[in-house]
Amino acid sequence: MSYEEKNAWRYLVIGVVIPVAYFAIILQRANSTPVAEIQYQPLLLGAIGLAIVAAIVLAILTSILFGSKDDRADQRDSAIGRRGDRVGFYVMSIATLAALALALIGAEQFWIANAIYAAFVLAAIVSTVVKLVAYRRGF
Amino acid sequence: MVKPTRVTNIIGELRHTHELTQGELADRVGVTRQTINAIEQGKYSPTLELAFQISRVFSAPIEQVFSYPKES
Repeated sequence: MSYEEKNAWRYLVIGVVIPVAYFAIILQRANSTPVAEIQYQPLLLGAIGLAIVAAIVLAILTSILFGSKDDRADQRDSAIGRRGDRVGFYVMSIATLAALALALIGAEQFWIANAIYAAFVLAAIVSTVVKLVAYRRGF
Repeated sequence: MVKPTRVTNIIGELRHTHELTQGELADRVGVTRQTINAIEQGKYSPTLELAFQISRVFSAPIEQVFSYPKES
């Protein structure tokens, strides 16, 4: 497994675990509190910050524990990266329309902010899955 | 399962003849071992430049190393 493929797996784990934990906490709070009163901002910023820190820490740990001379990315990694990023961009563009629609109908900020975050997460997951499929099945 | 590329190659045989490992060939042409493996398995179609580089390692013409089926 190439270094870039390991990276993709790492991003997938981070991209799934942290948002799932965030939405689980938020939905739990939404059960007992009106959404307009939920203090979601610190939690949302924390989830984004934690994802960034986790990606950096895991990258360092992977490099220390499993690093080799084959850590470089080559033309195949670049091509797979472009394919994944392109699909992720389409998903992000479409998913952002949901947030735009919420803004246009005057929905609570809670729903708009979380719809944008969900769009980020969905795009990142789809992009990473496309990359992993390309690594495994070829293209 | 349909292979992602119709380009086939005899890199594995040529490596065996020249006693080269995938890693050594990868180093010679500046890619990762996994990319050489993907090319050999037909999971990745290399760029024209890389195809020339690989052929040059084996001192063989590119059409001997790589093949593409004729349209029926």
